[in-house]
Formats: sequence, C-alpha cells, structure tokens
Amino acid sequence: MLIRTLSLMRKEFLHILRDRRTLAVMFLMPIIQLVLMGYAATTDIEHLRTAVLDRDKSPASRELLDAYRASNYFELAFYVESEGEMEYLVDAGDARAGLIIPVGYGREVASGGQAQVAFVIDGSDPSVANTVLSASQSVGQAHSLRILERAAGIKPDDMPGVQVRPRVWYNPEMKTSNFMIPGIMGIILYFLTALFTAMAIVRERERGTIEQLIVTPIQPLELIVGKVVPYAFIAFFDVLEVLAIGVFWFGVPINGSLGLLLGLAVLFLITSLGIGIFISSAANTQQEAMLLTFLILMPSIFLGGFFFPIEAMPRWLQVFTYVIPLRYMLVVIRGIILKGVGITVLYEEVVAMMVFGTAIMLLAAIRFRKRLE
Amino acid sequence: MSEERENVIVTENLTRRFKKVTAVKGLNLTVRQGEVFGLVGPDGAGKTTTIRMLCTIMDPTEGSARVAGFDTVAESKQIKRRIGYMAQRFNLYDDLSVLENLDFFADVFQVPRRVRKRRKERLLQFARLAEFRQRRAAHLSGGMQKKLALACTLIHQPEIVFLDEPTTGVDPVSRREFWDILTELHLQGITIFVSTPYMDEAERCSRVGLMYRGRMIVYGAPDRIKGLVAGELLELRTANPRRAEEVIGQSEGVLETQTYGDLLRVFVDSVTRRQDSLQETLAAAGIEVIGLRQTRPRMEEAFISLIRRQMEGAKGQPAESER
Amino acid sequence: MARNTQHATRVNNHAVQAISLTKKFGDFTAVDGVTFTIERGAIFGFLGPNGAGKTTTIRMLLGLLQPTSGEATVLGFDIVEQTAEIKKRIGYMSQRFSLYNDLTVDENLNFFGGTYGVRGQRLQQRKAYVLGMAGLQGRERELTKNLSGGWRQRLALGCAILHEPEMLFLDEPTAGVDPISRRDFWDLLYGLADEGRTVFVTTHYMDEAEHCHRLAFIQRGRLAALGSPEEIKTNKMRGQVLEIDCTAPEVAMGALRTAGLFDEVSLYGALIHVVAKGVEAHRPRIEAALREAGVDLRSMDIIAPSLEDVFIASVREQE
Repeated sequence: MLIRTLSLMRKEFLHILRDRRTLAVMFLMPIIQLVLMGYAATTDIEHLRTAVLDRDKSPASRELLDAYRASNYFELAFYVESEGEMEYLVDAGDARAGLIIPVGYGREVASGGQAQVAFVIDGSDPSVANTVLSASQSVGQAHSLRILERAAGIKPDDMPGVQVRPRVWYNPEMKTSNFMIPGIMGIILYFLTALFTAMAIVRERERGTIEQLIVTPIQPLELIVGKVVPYAFIAFFDVLEVLAIGVFWFGVPINGSLGLLLGLAVLFLITSLGIGIFISSAANTQQEAMLLTFLILMPSIFLGGFFFPIEAMPRWLQVFTYVIPLRYMLVVIRGIILKGVGITVLYEEVVAMMVFGTAIMLLAAIRFRKRLE
Repeated sequence: MSEERENVIVTENLTRRFKKVTAVKGLNLTVRQGEVFGLVGPDGAGKTTTIRMLCTIMDPTEGSARVAGFDTVAESKQIKRRIGYMAQRFNLYDDLSVLENLDFFADVFQVPRRVRKRRKERLLQFARLAEFRQRRAAHLSGGMQKKLALACTLIHQPEIVFLDEPTTGVDPVSRREFWDILTELHLQGITIFVSTPYMDEAERCSRVGLMYRGRMIVYGAPDRIKGLVAGELLELRTANPRRAEEVIGQSEGVLETQTYGDLLRVFVDSVTRRQDSLQETLAAAGIEVIGLRQTRPRMEEAFISLIRRQMEGAKGQPAESER
Repeated sequence: MARNTQHATRVNNHAVQAISLTKKFGDFTAVDGVTFTIERGAIFGFLGPNGAGKTTTIRMLLGLLQPTSGEATVLGFDIVEQTAEIKKRIGYMSQRFSLYNDLTVDENLNFFGGTYGVRGQRLQQRKAYVLGMAGLQGRERELTKNLSGGWRQRLALGCAILHEPEMLFLDEPTAGVDPISRRDFWDLLYGLADEGRTVFVTTHYMDEAEHCHRLAFIQRGRLAALGSPEEIKTNKMRGQVLEIDCTAPEVAMGALRTAGLFDEVSLYGALIHVVAKGVEAHRPRIEAALREAGVDLRSMDIIAPSLEDVFIASVREQE
C-alpha cells in the first residue's frame, strides 16, 4: 500500500520537475504576486496634489498653508488665481484636492473670530476622498488649536477638555503593507494550492492515464494521496518563499511564533488541497478546472476580509463569511505576524479550520471516488 | 480507353524537411483522373505531409507537385477551388447540427444559393444522414461523423478529393459503408486520393502507393504489387502452427513464414515443388496438417516483403524493424 | 455457492467465463446476455463497432463496472466479489495511453513495477527480462516520448507484464504501428500465450483479428459470432464471394446492381466482388448481364471470404 503511494508520489515529482513551464509558474508566481500586490496594495495616501487659491495672501494664510504643507498628506502643487482654474485642475485629475482661503481670513483670525476655509475634495474615489477628508479636518483642527492656545496664552497641556492620546498597538506605523502582505500569503496558500492540485488531477484524466491506473491494484485513496502530496510540498515551499520575501524584502516583522504559523499553514493546506480535489472531480478539462477555481475562490478573496474589513459589510453578508475558510486563515496569519498571539487566542479559528479541513477533504474524497466509477 | 485519361496529380521529387526530420523523401507519383489512389503506410510514413503538400497547405522543401494541372506553390488558389480535403482530425462543429455544418461549408466555398438546397439534400441521402439532419454533430457516432465530414468536403463538387486516414478508429461495418460511399463517388468520375494505415483498404484502390519512412516503396495496382512478392504462398492449417513454423522454417525452398492464429503461411519458391516435401517434414515431426491450399499474399505481407527487400538491398544486411 | 474472499479461492480454471452477462443503463441495454468462455493460453480477439457493448463488457470483466445481471469470472475469480484478486493478476494496455511520455524507459518500468508490488531483486530481474524482450537494452535513460511507435508498443507491453500477470487485456495494441513492428509484436504475444498466459485483444483491424486463436464479434450488445477465424469464415458466412475481373468495371457495377441478385456488389480496385448464397448458380446470368452492358469478362472465380466480409455479413444478418 505504502509502496504504491510512494511510487505515485515519486512519479508525480518527476512529472513536475520535467514540466519546466509549470515549474516556473509554481515558484515564480507567488513571488511576482507578492511583489506586485505588496507595492500596489497600499491605501496610504501621501503627497496628494492639491491646488491652492489664496485670496487673502496674508501671514495668517501663509501659516495655514505651512501647516498643510508640513503634514505629509498634501503636496501644494498648484497656486491658482481663480476657482475656474481650480475646477479645471480637479476635473482633469491633476489635483485631487483644493484649498480655498477667502479674503479677510487673516483679519478674522486676528480678531478672534471663526475663520472659514473651504477644502475641495475629489470624491470620485471614496477611499482617497475619505482620507483627504479626515486629513484636511485634522490638520485644520490642529492648526485651530494652536491659534487658540496662542490667543489664550495657555500651554497646550493646560487646556480643559478631553485629550485623547492614541497608542497604536501592532503595526504602529499603520503601514498597509504590513497588513496586506500576510493577507497575500493566505491567498496564495489558498488559491495556488487549489489551482495546481485541481489542474494536475484533471490533466491526468484528460490524458486518459487515470483509466490505466484504476485497472491496477491502486486504491482510490492511494491515488489521491500520491497525486496531491507533492503539491502540498510545493505549496508549503511557496509559503516559506512568501514568508521570506515578506520579512526580508518588505520588512514585515513576525511578532509571533513562526513554528505555530507554519503548523497552522499546514492545517490550512488540507482545506485548499481538499478544494482542489473537489474541483477536479467536477471539471473535465484543465480550462474548466482553472475557471472553476477562479469562480469559487474569487468571492472568498472579497468576502474573506482581505481587502475589505468584514465588519464593514452588511450583517447578512457577515454571517455568510463564516463559511469561507480563508477568513479564518487570514485572522490566524495576521494574528501571529502582526499581533504575536498564540493558540489560546486563536483556538476558535483553529477549530474552525480543522472542521473545514476534515469536512472538505471527506467530501472531496467521496466525490473523487464516485467520479472514478 | 483508360490509358487516355490525363494525370490529375503529378509529383516530381517531392521532398519535405522539418527541423530534425525529413518526412517525405523524393516522392514521384502520378494519379490518373477518376482513379481511387491509396497512399498506404504506418504512422510516421509521411502520408499526411504528402497530402498537405498536394492540398497546398504546406510547401515542399524540394521538388514540385501539380494538381489538376496547376502548380501547388505558385497556383494554389486555382487548386483550392477544385479540390476537397478531409483532414485526419476533421473538425466538425460539435454543437452545430448536421445541416448547420453543411451550410457553414457551403458558405465557406461560396456555393450559389439556388443549387444549395438540392445539393445538400443529395449529399444527405448520399451520406445516409438524411434522418439525422437536425442532430448535433457531437451526438453522431464516430462513423456518421466521418460521413458528415466527407459530405462537407463535397459541397462544392470538387474534381479531386483528398482524404487523410478517413476511417481510422472506425469499426469495420462503418468502414465498409464509408468505402461504399467512396465507390459511389468513384463511379461519378471523381478522383479520390486517400491515405490509410489499413493494409486491407489498399485492396479497394485502383492503384496503391506504399510509403514507409518518407519513401515510396512501390506503387501500382494492388494485384501487380502482390505479384512482386517473391515466391508463391502456401497456407497450412495445423494444431500447432508455431511448432510447425519452427520445423519447416529453414527447409529448402522456404523464403518466409508467418503465423495467423491456427494458420501457417509459407512463402516458397515453388508450390508444386515444395508442397509434398513440406508435408513430409511436418509429418515426420508429428505435426498433423489439417488443411493446405495455395493462396495469394495479403497486402500486408507484400508490404513487409518489399520493405525488407529494399532495406536489405540498401544495406546488404538482413532488415530489422526500426533498429 | 460460498465466495470465500479471505483465501482467494478460484471457482474454475478458465481464463474468462461469462454467463448471460448483462448491463443496463436506465432503459438502454448496453450488453445483453453475453455468454462466452476463454481458455487459458489463448489469444482471444474481441471485435465490434463503437457503442456495441465492447467497452462495457471489458469494463465489467476488469471490475470497473457492476453487471446488472448475469455473472462472470476472470481467472476463476468472481468479477463482483473478488475484483482485487483479479486486478493483481492482470495486465492492461489501453489504446489511448499506456506510458508516461515525460518519464524515461526506466522510470516507467519502475513505476509500473511499484504499482504491482514488484520490487527489489525481483524488479531488477523482471526489468532485465522485459528490456531484453522489447529490445530496449541500453536505452533505459531515453525519454519515452522520443521512442517511435513500434518501440513504445513494446515498452508498453513490457510494463504490462512486469508482474507476470496470468492474463493481459490489450486495447488496439498495434494501432498505427508499421507492419514489421506489428509482426514482431504478435510474435511476442504468441510467446506469452505459449507460456500459458491468456491474451484478450480488442481491435478494429481485421488483419489483426486473423492472428487470434478465437474471436468474438459483438453487435448491439449481443454476440454475433464466436469461434476461431476459420470456423467463423466457414460457418458464419452467408453465401460466397465471387471475384469478377472484367473491362470497364464501373459499367459492370451498374449492370450487376440492377440485376438484383446479390447481397453485395463492391468494387475492389479494378475487381468486383459479389456476394450471394449459392453464387455459383448465378454465373450464367452474370455473364449475360455483362455481355448486354458491352463488358468483356476476363475471369470469374470464387474466392475465400475475408474476415471483414464475414463480419459484415453476420452483422447485417443480425439486423
């Protein structure tokens, strides 16, 4: 029994090694994806090109502009003389925001009144717009506070009111890449593993070689194990590869136990392998296998909490995400890497992954067996 | 009368080289108008490449070919209008019906509308597909698909039809029916150029060209080719043909032996001279001869004998298969 | 009859025994009460059009499908209860595929050996034997895809016999292979049969069918003929074949068809074959018809029917 399985595994490794193209894809794809997404998947906004219409041209207005300039969010790229010009720049997309300081601003501030400035925001991209909105407000408010303190002659610490001091745990610089990259690791594990497994099995069926094998003493279980284990190895290797790039290239710190992370990655692999086997029993050609994998896994990426937080989704959708295995893995990966937590905190996710892994594997095995007949 | 028929296909030193391999080497053949010409040979003999060159799909590396009086390289357009070509893996459109497939090819060949209906009807009857006209090509049996493919090749009434292994993988009954259809075409005066790995199909052709590893080994009418085989053929039926083969294999006058089930076929230099002595030898070895008769060699046996002879002649050594 | 699966007892000593084997898929009867026996050491040919039930029958024998009714044993083991015992003892070569093209000769042998549990010393011995038989010594490290047709068939056969199976199932084993290699291949098969192994061959190639000791034709799920090639040609042929050599065969064809005397009128190159029962009796009418059509008759002889003639005749008779 063991020998037959080992025989199959050995053969599968030979196939993989001899197929140069697929081999390259299996090892290069994660790297490329990681590098691309790592750089592209940041939502931090810095140096937004802003147009300035300063009608006042007073020392006070220049102070305000300095305040905006000092925050890294805005790059005061254009100085215009009319609203028309500003409109043109925002329309064309050259400027994403605009600051309008009215005439009399300086006088208003000096006399202790409330001066108003207008901040124009390009709302077409809400994520950018949101950041611009809050940034513009916070810069404005900070400046406002400074004016107040100066006018009242009080030191900032003596002000009455509530002072909220933020302390950022886990990912203090709030770099989105630190958040994204562990997520990408999860996706690669999930997606690539299922894809390669499904295609490998379907390829065997397309070529008619499965027929040859089921006539021999080989059991369906041996067939699955022999076929799938080599891809599990490759997937695991991909995980290490991705981890290495994340740590050494992107500087993502691993705050938790590496051993635990790898262990749980293996657990998660069971689920993705299972999905791959399941897809292979439903697809007749390699093309179909690829399409099905995309079809099934795309929603997972959107709903699993990779790009968009689950908490932001409508309630009914949130409930649905409980059946998406990726959701748990993302929590686990991010938890270990960013938060440095251990199994005591993650035990819910671990249990969920074990349940999923077992269920999907069983289902896949049953379907595979049925399909053989 | 037939001698006056013109040659519709003529090749001269037709050669085709690929990067590593020469698929066709110096092919010289002529096909007369109205003939059924069979190009026979195993996989890799160069049949498909030859047909592709004749149908102007591929250009020769050396040599030339003329089809219907036009050069295949310089005047290919003229040829394309006059020929029909059924490729080995003829691609019908699986999800189109029989009629829809025919319509498509009628469009491709710009068959005029007014003759189209009548022609389609006739083809459907001819190919025995009339009752399946609405059925999707994917749901036809292998044999019927080939017939449909043939019908599609005929929609523009070509003078010459090229068929590349049209009956491969098809069961004997469908194969016989397909050849019946080819006979009909032949009786209508259409020239048929067909390639096949089946030696027995060679028997149905007016003339045959035997190809092996890119070369033409021999060509002519089937009977004449069989006549080229050295010796006469004696067929023996015994209980143990392999033992019998061992016993008389080296006997005087025996050129070649081959077993088929319970038959032993022996090529001797002269049946009249050897018949009795062979029977005696077998009797002496305790082998009973149940039946004995003189017969003609099969195409396959002729092929093997001729290849061997050529290979021996070329190297001066006994021929070995593919070594 | 108690089927003792623990101790692998054989029920009989035939290579194959099928009794009223039937398989239905819903309303459709693919195999209908097929009964035949194959003795050990025989080369048995199985012929039939696609969709006639050939593949279904084989799948049942190989334990891949369960029969709807009827029973069968392969090497004395029941095809339903003792499938594992059967699988261990048979070798299989499928038409579409038998070898892994991206593996070397040696790697293919190792893999198939491993599948059947042939290892260590025994594997080395068997590999040496198989390489010798196939003539591939010294070529172990060549990639299979670089071997030509004839060599590949031999290697495939070699892989199928590594574990010294008692019976071999070969599906169109020499399709597309050149005649010389085919002949060598059949010599190998005869050698195996001499050793007492049974060979079960399916083929579309009538010439190949002649090589078999016994044949079965299957058509529409039923056996249309069963016996040795000679027996079938003698018993199953309806009528005789008359070969006519004349001038203007195309014209003659028309005349003979109109005469309406024959089951078949076919053109074979420049010769005409007519098939009918008691065809001798038609000689005078043939001569007359040809004379009327202005065709000169050169010769007219009864010839032995080919296996294909018989096959077609028996199939048409069934219809």
